[in-house]
Amino acid sequence: MSGTFAPAPGGAPVLRQLVTQAGMEARLLLRNGEQLLIAVVIPVIVLIGAVRGADRVGLDLDGRPIDVLTPGVLALAVMSTAFTSLAIATGFERRYGVLKRLGTAPLSRTTLLGGKVAALLLVEVIQFAVIGGVGLALGWDGPSGVAGVLCAVVAALLGTAAFAALGMLLAGTLRAEATLAAANLVYLLLLAGGAVILPASAYGGLGDVVRWLPSGALGEAMRAACDGAIAGRDLVVLLAWAALGSVLTARTFKWE
Amino acid sequence: MLVDGLVMRYDERTAVDGLSFEVESHTITAVLGPNGAGKTTTLETCEGYRRAQAGTVRVLGLDPVRERSALLPRIGVMLQSGGAWSGARADEMLRHFARLHAHPLPVDLLMERLALHECGRTPYRRLSGGQQQRLGLALALVGRPELVFVDEPTAGLDPQIRRGVWELLEELRADGVTVVLTTHYLEEAERLADKVHIMDKGRLVASGTPLELTRGGTVATIRLVVTQPFPPGSPEALAAALGENTELTVLDPLSLQVSGPADGSTLAKVAAWCADHDVLPESLSLGQRNLEDVFLELTGREDFS
Repeated sequence: MSGTFAPAPGGAPVLRQLVTQAGMEARLLLRNGEQLLIAVVIPVIVLIGAVRGADRVGLDLDGRPIDVLTPGVLALAVMSTAFTSLAIATGFERRYGVLKRLGTAPLSRTTLLGGKVAALLLVEVIQFAVIGGVGLALGWDGPSGVAGVLCAVVAALLGTAAFAALGMLLAGTLRAEATLAAANLVYLLLLAGGAVILPASAYGGLGDVVRWLPSGALGEAMRAACDGAIAGRDLVVLLAWAALGSVLTARTFKWE
Repeated sequence: MLVDGLVMRYDERTAVDGLSFEVESHTITAVLGPNGAGKTTTLETCEGYRRAQAGTVRVLGLDPVRERSALLPRIGVMLQSGGAWSGARADEMLRHFARLHAHPLPVDLLMERLALHECGRTPYRRLSGGQQQRLGLALALVGRPELVFVDEPTAGLDPQIRRGVWELLEELRADGVTVVLTTHYLEEAERLADKVHIMDKGRLVASGTPLELTRGGTVATIRLVVTQPFPPGSPEALAAALGENTELTVLDPLSLQVSGPADGSTLAKVAAWCADHDVLPESLSLGQRNLEDVFLELTGREDFS
């Protein structure tokens, strides 16, 4: 048979599908006003506000406020994208039947998830460029050498894994509106009390407890990384959250 | 495509009850039925969204659940609604789907054929219902499938655009694509389908070409519409006058239908009854059955739309 619509079925190569899917998801994330607010605007405001505030209140930190706070805000950026943005976007994808429709395309679930992860990492690179740039402009020393950069990348990757697994868990079980509310609430609670921006040591006796939270572990790991150190315990905590979140998500996620 | 003895239940309710039918390649097959007849459940089982609880389903020779990854590239599925990111633009969505396939159709061609070129830059959430629907059809076709499932492809479309969609579906068949469609529009099935399967309460109640189904042989249908509601008891009097070989159905207070031997005496009896009961006819039509008549007879309900 020939003609305009003559069948020629087949899926595109996996790599092309992955790039396409990642590009689409990243564009949609960045196009959405609220998502952009939570991804870039809020972290930058928090960074500037906290640095000014720390000087005024006389917060007792190990080192200059800008050097302690910038890695914390980078950790916050990972949390906002990998957890809050991902959960909300995925919740509405379920609600609007996007996942169902993608399920009719020759796109495997692995490629779909791979595309989501790649989109998160792409957005995070942009966030790190903006937040790091603002930090440097405010006098941040930056990560110490190549080792510091590598440690920060490891911390960001493990943090992304942990928070993305938890975000998918939320999105795959709750209704879209409930996901929206819960993802924002958890974000705010962890922002305020999760040892993301302020080091765990600033929480007094609770400091040891909050380090078991993914937020505290990521914050500590990021702060250590920017000093060129590997925070073994915190990275293991992140890995454990990632594993727990993935197992629970795999068991409970509903595609529709 | 083959469905053999399919059974699907939700909780207590049986949605599909021992359904069997076949679809031949390069044809358009219409699945008709009132709401709740089990059409969508059947289609979703063929598409691999649901697992057959009993019976066998084979699509292009494959098991839609176990061999889903082999099947997916070869079929196109049009969903009834939704299924797009609310912020994605129409052309962006279609281009995205095109890139997931190896040999996609040209996106511009599809946009043009489905009258979507004017709303290409519009985000999905601001498309009209008809535009969302046509985009759904475009998404089902863009990967050049061998077989497409289209669910209510023209519901709520302008007559002109509907005709465009019909021509497109006919062109698909001519180019070697197999089309399985569900529709509420009997006119659509009658015009397009090579084969029609009518479902009711999860069962197949009739199958055949539109011609086979509507061929009434010696049976004619007389439809009478009157200006005043029928006087009490008068339809019963007509039924008695017509005798046993004739079937009378009161469609509503102002119209009725008589199916019976296609001869002058049936018509004369109806005319005499009008005179006896002072019934003033507004219109009296005689005709062969159409698919709508068949459908109503078989499903016994009028809520087909």
